[in-house]
Amino acid sequence: MNDRRQRGPSLEASWAIPSVGLALLAIGVLVVPAVSARDPLHITDVLARRLVPPFSHDVHGDFHLLGTDRFGRDLFVRMMLAGRLSLLVGVIGAGLAGALGTLLGAIAGWTGGVVDRLLMALADLLLALPRLVLLLVGVALWSPGLRTVLVVLITTGWMGIARLVRTEVITVLARPFVPAAHALGAAPPRVLFRHVLPNALGPAIVATTLGVGNAILLESGLSFLGLGIQPPAPSWGNMIAGGRDLLVIAPWVALVPGIALVLTVLATSFLGDAWRDRLAGERLTR
Amino acid sequence: MRYHRVRSPALVRVVARTALLYWCVLSLTFVLLRLAPGDPATFLLPPGASAADAARLRSELELDRPVVVQYARWAGRTLRADLGRSFIDQRPVTAVIGSALPVSLALGGASLLLSFLVGAIAGVIQAARRGSTTDIAITAVSVILAASPAYWLGLAAIACFTYLASTLDLPMWLRLPAVGMTTPGVHLQGLGHLVDLARHSILPVTLLAAIGAAGVARYVRTSALDVMRSDWLRTARAKGASERRVLARHLASNLRAPLLTLFALALPGTVAGSVFVETIFGWPGMGRLMVTSIVARDYPVALGCAAAYGALVLVANLAAESLLPWADPRLRA
Repeated sequence: MNDRRQRGPSLEASWAIPSVGLALLAIGVLVVPAVSARDPLHITDVLARRLVPPFSHDVHGDFHLLGTDRFGRDLFVRMMLAGRLSLLVGVIGAGLAGALGTLLGAIAGWTGGVVDRLLMALADLLLALPRLVLLLVGVALWSPGLRTVLVVLITTGWMGIARLVRTEVITVLARPFVPAAHALGAAPPRVLFRHVLPNALGPAIVATTLGVGNAILLESGLSFLGLGIQPPAPSWGNMIAGGRDLLVIAPWVALVPGIALVLTVLATSFLGDAWRDRLAGERLTR
Repeated sequence: MRYHRVRSPALVRVVARTALLYWCVLSLTFVLLRLAPGDPATFLLPPGASAADAARLRSELELDRPVVVQYARWAGRTLRADLGRSFIDQRPVTAVIGSALPVSLALGGASLLLSFLVGAIAGVIQAARRGSTTDIAITAVSVILAASPAYWLGLAAIACFTYLASTLDLPMWLRLPAVGMTTPGVHLQGLGHLVDLARHSILPVTLLAAIGAAGVARYVRTSALDVMRSDWLRTARAKGASERRVLARHLASNLRAPLLTLFALALPGTVAGSVFVETIFGWPGMGRLMVTSIVARDYPVALGCAAAYGALVLVANLAAESLLPWADPRLRA
């Protein structure tokens, strides 16, 4: 407990910086492609504009903050458009996986018996293959694209959180306020959703937040392999794939989306860690 | 002796449960692959093949039967350890996997051992000097590594050690080959072959090991800090044990069990995670085999890959479970 007090100020710092960074990124991905004069998908004068280095002007005098790709498209605008998809996949994929896990975990812990055993057996089954293998099998089932990636991320991401919530629910069920609520005449769903789940939700939220970065990484990996978001729609993963054979003459094409990816994943994981520390602090003082 | 009486039925139950789970994993993969849209016959036949050709091929591959019949026949063959033949080149699946699995196991195994060695040492140093510059620096590096996609780091490594190193005219030993396991077109024997293989392995193995070591260091740091707060460590110090003895004896023996568990959990993930490294560096391993077989609807090979991965996970878990009492005497009771 001693160390917790020592780490006080740095904790708050690690909470603020990633939040501000992610908020700026969210505003950027929403606003920049909408107001930009350059269409990030449209290819114009390729020879004049292609592979302009970052922070420089092309032949037509247009300034490119992060340079251009091999078709002369502005990388900054494309990055922001790609960020829309990456953030969307990260937040929706991890969020719905977390929600599904919470629901199934709560049902398993609450009902017990056969339902509990079946759900946990299903979780074991899905955990018995590495997630990447499941993702590859799943992605191959349907035509690649945003919807497939989301479905596969959700169906392969709920197991850990379901186990977590199940354990929490079982622990909470043993506490005296649960029979008290029953005795006061609360209907079982009300007891579950008003009394049990709120007390069991903390770790699930932390795990979901930490899952966002993971989902963004997995999506970019699938897109890099050509099994995720399909060009011309940009995602950070397929932008890196597009820069793969330009490493020598135009390293920024692969470098720029990679840095954006790393910074975003770092921010979400800091956010998750800060949340976990705060939760741990609350538990200690309670 | 009492230990054996209690332990054996439990072990039998665990093995039976594992075998059942394994069968369910295989069946699930089979059903998923058969539910997938996309007819293997259209992938296998040359363009312009007639409908009759497609029908003949489908009946040859038994794809025209009901799924239940297909499942029953597949289950019978699998139980006799016959994984079938690849739809694409008719090689037995066991041979296809037999040539890809050693590549991935060697790549994954070597980098996993290296990552545990480096990661455990780094984590203990961090815990021993908590708050120091070393601690903060290692934490920063490991956090960034954990957030970086493997394929992107691979591209960066190739850019530095292959292209940049040759542009800067660095000495030959710093200019590492980017693609393949050996130099193509050159047939080296004995030592020359080994040196060639080693030079090709440096980038992919270091890359996978660095990513793994980042995770291990973070885990070991947390576990070691927990142990350092314990009463018995304070007692050891109070008795006058040297810091070296405290770290080497009291801390190390308490880290054995968590490290063993982590190793078993990390092995399959590392082998699967090498998909990206294999793709970047062009190594003919399981990851690439899995991706190409799924994309080409080569069901027997894809199922074989899933079988290999599943077996790896379950064997690693079983091994960890049976070795845990060795690593932590408190579990022997």
